[in-house]
Amino acid sequence: MIQFPVVNLGGILPALILCIAGLVVMLACLFVKRGTVTVAAIMSAIGILAAGAANSPLRVLNETAFSGLVSLDPYSWFFNFLILIATGLTVLASVRYLSDDEPGAYEYFVLLLFSGAGMMFMVSGNHLLTIFVGLETLSISIYVLAGIIPKNPKSSEAALKYLILGGFSSGIFLYGAALLYGSAGSTGLPALTEYFKAGTFGPMALAGMGLLAIGFAFKVSAVPFHMWTPDVYEGAPTPITGFMSVGVKAAAFAAFVRVFFDALGELQVNWTEILWVLAALTMILGNLAAIVQDNIKRMLAYSSIAHAGYILIGMVAGTELGTAGVLYYLLAYTFTNIGAFGVVALVGSKREANVHIDDYRGLAKSNPLLALVMSIFLFSLAGIPPTAGFVGKFAIFSAAIAQGYIWLVVIGALTSAASVYYYFRVVMKMYMEVPETTPARLEFSPSMILALGIAVIGVVYIGIFPTTYLNLALESVKPLF
Amino acid sequence: MTDLVWLIPVFPLIGFLINGLFTRKLPEKAIGWIGSLSVGASFVVAVLIFLEVLGMEPGSRSVQKIVYTWILSGDLSVPIGFLIDPLSLVMMLVVSGVGFIIHVYSIGYMHGETGFRRYFAYLNLFVFNMLILVSANNFLLLFVGWEGVGLCSYLLIGYYYEKKSAADAGKKAFVVNRVGDFGFLVGMFLIFITFGTFDFTQVFSEATAKLTQGGLMVTGITLLLFLGATGKSAQIPLYTWLPDAMEGPTPVSALIHAATMVTAGVYMVARCSVLFAMAPVSMTTVAVIGGATAFYAATIGMTQFDIKRVLAYSTISQLGYMFMACGVGAFASGIFHLMTHAFFKALLFMAAGSVMHAMAGELDMRKMGNLRHKLPQTHWTYLFGTLAIAGIFPFAGFFSKDEILFYSFERHMGFWILGALAAIMTSYYMFRSVFMTFYGKSRVEADVAHHLHESPPIMTVPLMILAGLSLVGGLVGIPIIQGWHVFGDFLSPVFAPATAILTSNAHGAAHHSLALELILMGMSLAIAVGGLLFARYMYIVDPAAPDRVISRIPEIHQLVYNKYWVDQLYDILFVNSIVKFSRFLWKAFDDAVVDGIVNGLARLTRGFGGVLRQLQSGLVKDYALSIMVGVVVIIGYLVLR
Repeated sequence: MIQFPVVNLGGILPALILCIAGLVVMLACLFVKRGTVTVAAIMSAIGILAAGAANSPLRVLNETAFSGLVSLDPYSWFFNFLILIATGLTVLASVRYLSDDEPGAYEYFVLLLFSGAGMMFMVSGNHLLTIFVGLETLSISIYVLAGIIPKNPKSSEAALKYLILGGFSSGIFLYGAALLYGSAGSTGLPALTEYFKAGTFGPMALAGMGLLAIGFAFKVSAVPFHMWTPDVYEGAPTPITGFMSVGVKAAAFAAFVRVFFDALGELQVNWTEILWVLAALTMILGNLAAIVQDNIKRMLAYSSIAHAGYILIGMVAGTELGTAGVLYYLLAYTFTNIGAFGVVALVGSKREANVHIDDYRGLAKSNPLLALVMSIFLFSLAGIPPTAGFVGKFAIFSAAIAQGYIWLVVIGALTSAASVYYYFRVVMKMYMEVPETTPARLEFSPSMILALGIAVIGVVYIGIFPTTYLNLALESVKPLF
Repeated sequence: MTDLVWLIPVFPLIGFLINGLFTRKLPEKAIGWIGSLSVGASFVVAVLIFLEVLGMEPGSRSVQKIVYTWILSGDLSVPIGFLIDPLSLVMMLVVSGVGFIIHVYSIGYMHGETGFRRYFAYLNLFVFNMLILVSANNFLLLFVGWEGVGLCSYLLIGYYYEKKSAADAGKKAFVVNRVGDFGFLVGMFLIFITFGTFDFTQVFSEATAKLTQGGLMVTGITLLLFLGATGKSAQIPLYTWLPDAMEGPTPVSALIHAATMVTAGVYMVARCSVLFAMAPVSMTTVAVIGGATAFYAATIGMTQFDIKRVLAYSTISQLGYMFMACGVGAFASGIFHLMTHAFFKALLFMAAGSVMHAMAGELDMRKMGNLRHKLPQTHWTYLFGTLAIAGIFPFAGFFSKDEILFYSFERHMGFWILGALAAIMTSYYMFRSVFMTFYGKSRVEADVAHHLHESPPIMTVPLMILAGLSLVGGLVGIPIIQGWHVFGDFLSPVFAPATAILTSNAHGAAHHSLALELILMGMSLAIAVGGLLFARYMYIVDPAAPDRVISRIPEIHQLVYNKYWVDQLYDILFVNSIVKFSRFLWKAFDDAVVDGIVNGLARLTRGFGGVLRQLQSGLVKDYALSIMVGVVVIIGYLVLR
């Protein structure tokens, strides 16, 4: 007699709604003649809002569904919301970027929604296979999105590179999962916890853990698995770059933290040292390489690498405060970086022009408000109070200090002091330099204004009133400890 | 009233928001007065609080007002609030009072400039941050203000950004300050590790219990904090940005680069007096750096011809005095000099601005001369400022500088000699600037000459107020007679813990000898007059003398005139090389090292050497190899360990 698993669709409702919304957009837009992009965007936004509503109940749950394949807990709840924010802001920031006459412009939104659903599976996965399926769902959508600009060799190159290397890293991840399966006889996270608690594990299990770490490190672009990042970030359409830098990173970190604290928590002594080195390398290389970039997308790509380094410090710290810091940091970073890339998309216009930082000269004069908003995002990236970026760094650094990782924090402080230089360089260009040619008029769209408005309010609000959000993060990581 | 302390920084913030967002259509006058009055309102509140605090018992004049808890999560708690005590009150009064006067002056000075609104918005934002800095009750909030004033300073230095030199000067200030800020940040981290809090009151009251006298930790913390101070307050070795900062509008030089922001380092050291007192090594470092800077900057000041640069080097030198005072344990004297300096240096800068105003922007003193008849008010106010800075009795600078020299003498003869030499040079270069500008033969170019005019009252009245303060401002600190040093007595509760530590270390404090005090005072005065007379001889009696001296020692003059070539040296050593280093590291790691490994591996696997390839140029297989290297290293480490 075959036992059928209990199907509880309610548990995955948020992700399910995103998938359905994607299907609806795909079908409905076949029949829309004019204004496809707007219609698709509105439908996507509705889907995202509905998914947000469906996500709310998760906050008070602490259970698993689908025979333990996904866990429904505040941790999933937090990241689901984060992903929905990232997806929603990306939808808003993308409207003006696409044009109706391009065939299949609406597919962009479909893929965005699907990748959001993939991320949600990844963050709530309670089983390495769920996580892997989520990872692949999001990755495949992103491969396509990265190359979606028609007739742009850079975009196609980015997509191909990401595909090949992504496939490579997925293979590594899967190999790690296989080794763990070979050791523990299961890839469910609770089963792995049991197995490592028993304490009879050999080198095979350790190697499996190492390979998993590498798979995640690739997705969060930690050094030395970062090399794809600048190329792909530069080539991909700017709103997608923003989405990748926050959505993919957040989902990958979410699964990273869950797997390593929940299932591999017993091995903490083994992986902390590795993450320590990765964090140090990532911060140093990311920040120093960013200093010499002249293309703002490449600069933000290296900056995104550097931020992965700071976030890794929170994992190294290993306490509830440290991981809560990771969650808060990712939230802050979501608002900040989507906003920054939104401005880049706005200034760059769709043909990916104006991506040199010299193109920001005199922006304060022609668009004072936009320059102010961009400055706020850059200050937050640099970690200058009272922005959210500062509180995030502060939370992570102080958690690491409390655990005695002083040198790592010194590296963090030193590199972030250096990072101010390259962020501030853009501010200087905007406020204190004169453009050589008259800048083209920027095309503001209501949705872009809304996206930037939400992002800037988010950055400032959770920076000035961080307590609620830090405690939310603290509450959300409770299931892992 | 103390409950309303938050209003003090909030008023300028409101001014900033109004001018930053709404006043696009308003006339200049309205914008200027909105900016000025918002600072004036802060001053009024500060005065009211000051009066209330005066009514309290001297021992209990320290009030904390927690406004809200910024971060509260787990063990992490960062309440944000204000600390009202004599030290912060003095700073608030100076910042808002002098700030208000300079704002009013700016209405006249900046008249007709493009970006008038932007100017006042930045200026108000600066005052807001400065007030946050001096009224904060914890290190973190102080740091917020610290970064904020820096930001406004860069923006205002680069105000005339069409001028490349101005934009470059802004960048230089920024880069140099990063070094100091890093020190400050790490010092703050160490404080947090030791005390688990950023709160001033808690840190300072627990300092003696949690840190060992002269131990490594307290020395490290204080040296790092002092590194931060050298950046912000332009001391050796991080002083080079300040002279270049003169590219900003002159009232900005007066407010930010003379009266307030650059004194933030002195304030911070004085605030942390307990920590410094516990670290004798740091105290000596502060005193030596301060004394050396006072001397060194004064030598450069003697050779410059640009009137604002003379004042800039003089500011660096005077800040050196303040640090020397702190370093020898006379924190109250340092703050006293900070206050009087704010009066007379703001005055000197604004008077110089008034000269510029009349001379169509000319700064070179060689093209001035005999301006006293054309610019009577500017002349006598500048003269007052000079008398004050040179330390002529009974002007403000006499009392504060004499006091520093006295305490330096008590600590070590060497400090006194440094200070005295700097004092005679100060007197010399300041009177040199007076004589070159206002006396002697007119060297004004013809087309400028017939435009010469005194500035409007909106500029001269602020000058007169500050001239009055430069005259009487020192009278709050009359030494010798017990109870007449009102200023010192007011501040003494703040520094009492530090003084207690210092005297217990000194094994019985040196007794104040009245005779010694009088002798030193006489010498101070003699020094000041000596400098005056020497300058008079060189520039009035025998105008050819300076050239003769220069031709006698051309090499030395060139060396000093070119500021010992330190700027160029720094450019070569640091500014350029940091960028080069990053590029190198980037290339080295992403290109060479990994490329090398990759190529090496490629050679091994394929058996022949390939063409050297640039790794980050985009070859997917090289990226994949980088991943493989990571895999091999990590798995190897895990399995073979």
